[in-house]
Amino acid sequence: MLVFDNVSKVYAGGKRAVDNLNLEIGEGEFVCLIGPSGCGKTTTMKMINRLVRPSEGKILLNGENLLDKNVVELRRSIGYVIQQIGLFPHMTIRDNIALVPRLKGTSVEERNRRAEELMDLVNMPKEFLDRYPHELSGGQQQRIGVLRALASDPPLILMDEPFGALDPITRDSLQAEFKHLQQTLGKTIIFVTHDMDEALKLADKIVIMRAGKIVQVGSPDEILGSPADEFVEDFIGKERLAQARQQLQTVGQIMNPDPVSVGMGETLSQAVRVMRKRRVDSLLVTDGAGVFRGWVTVEMIDRHKNWDAAVADIMETDVPTVRADTLLRDATRNILVRGLKYVPVVDERKHLAGILTRTSLVDVLYDSVWGDAEDESSGLADGEGA
Amino acid sequence: MDSILNFFSEYGALLFEKTWEHLLISFAALALGVLVAVPLGILLVRLPKVSGLVMGIAGVVQTFPSLAILAFFIPLLGIGKVPAIVALFLYSMLPILRNTYIGVKNIDGNLIEAARGMGMTTLQRTVRVELPLAVPVIMAGIRMTAVYLIGWATLASFIGGGGLGDFIFDGLNLFRPDLIIGGAVPVTLLAILLDWLLGKLEKAATPIGVRLERGEA
Repeated sequence: MLVFDNVSKVYAGGKRAVDNLNLEIGEGEFVCLIGPSGCGKTTTMKMINRLVRPSEGKILLNGENLLDKNVVELRRSIGYVIQQIGLFPHMTIRDNIALVPRLKGTSVEERNRRAEELMDLVNMPKEFLDRYPHELSGGQQQRIGVLRALASDPPLILMDEPFGALDPITRDSLQAEFKHLQQTLGKTIIFVTHDMDEALKLADKIVIMRAGKIVQVGSPDEILGSPADEFVEDFIGKERLAQARQQLQTVGQIMNPDPVSVGMGETLSQAVRVMRKRRVDSLLVTDGAGVFRGWVTVEMIDRHKNWDAAVADIMETDVPTVRADTLLRDATRNILVRGLKYVPVVDERKHLAGILTRTSLVDVLYDSVWGDAEDESSGLADGEGA
Repeated sequence: MDSILNFFSEYGALLFEKTWEHLLISFAALALGVLVAVPLGILLVRLPKVSGLVMGIAGVVQTFPSLAILAFFIPLLGIGKVPAIVALFLYSMLPILRNTYIGVKNIDGNLIEAARGMGMTTLQRTVRVELPLAVPVIMAGIRMTAVYLIGWATLASFIGGGGLGDFIFDGLNLFRPDLIIGGAVPVTLLAILLDWLLGKLEKAATPIGVRLERGEA
């Protein structure tokens, strides 16, 4: 829908606020531009409604160069929400919401209908329409700010830190409300913020910028899972990253990749030999192609007197397995609920890939809390010494 | 008391006529000042490079002695009401210009950006956003100027413009305190009345939403 093709903004004095930016934004995407102040995120956004004119390169909206369009028409076709809300204090809420339709020459009846419809959308009473912005709370005002941007039903909406000036509780509820609204209406959103939590919460695609350049583009999970460099890591923050690692760790990352296994054609005596050698009480059974088939335990072998029988004859085949790319948090729940000591890990073709034991889970747990625990205990020791 | 009644019976008609002249000169100058200075002030906000220069010139004009300005127009426009009105108009320029400029310039930049970003043309932005929001400041400038003009208009008498100045200067020349007072008191009353009326107008012209924002009404 929107393509940045080698776009730069150079200010007098040679400062490159935006430097060779290439970016593609799809229909219905919620894109967060994020970065420290002065990274060019706001400039990038303002080039879309031509409040800032690009010095180099071109921006295509549905294949058309923005600079070829009538600037007033262009702006009326793009929703715009700013941080300081920017409701006109001398106009009623109704007039504020219906401003763009009015500029476009929509009839009064149609404008009123639209204003009421929009108030319903955010569950605000219609009596508010005849009030003035000053009579509303900050959160209510910004809801109106968002409605104003939606008034002429533009497919694309630009938002410049719209929730930045609100208190945390109002901000949280407005974020949730707005995300829901965006998904319902299927709008494309370009959202500038410096708040990583906000970006992670709202965005389908996060664009991290620094000094006019894009450092990384990806979904929240991609960014958290593999930050491009140290800058991104710092920007996300250690705590969030540690949390995310736990959240996003897959079974494959922590499993024991070298499980003790035995071929299904082997005899029980061979199986016992392997058990004794590796000092385990059960074996995972695979076929010739390495596909996981079941398991045998030492009790099962013990019950079966004929040690010349094949493993395949006595193995338990109804065994829960877990895929290597499953998120650890999901697998953990499974293991705990079923009270399993371990789970075989398989890949997408059912090949045995490893084993997830309770021990490996405990290791993860220790890893994630170890640093904190150490700090706390040393603090305690100091206290006791005094 | 008798002397006051005598004064009115002798000069009542003349007083009425001169008051009318006085108002005519003042309002003509004020109207010209508003018509020129308000648009100019808005324009100057759009032209930051020349705004300093123009404001400077207007400031310098303001420092000219009023009599000198009046006298200056005699060779150009002769004597009578016209040069008086032109001279007073020049005086009225600066306060109106300055208030308009400041009023428009001090509008929250976010509102201007919102207006641009939503696709208002420059004219729409001026008429629907900047003017309504700057009205309290512009009106304050006009009100102040009007009060000044009532005072300055007495000088019109010097170049044959008429007005209540005729009473005052006749009184000065003829050593007639009754004429001086007979001219000065109406000037003062006019100024007070006008200030009050324009104060009402200023309030009425301020959009309700803006008044709410300022905690009035």
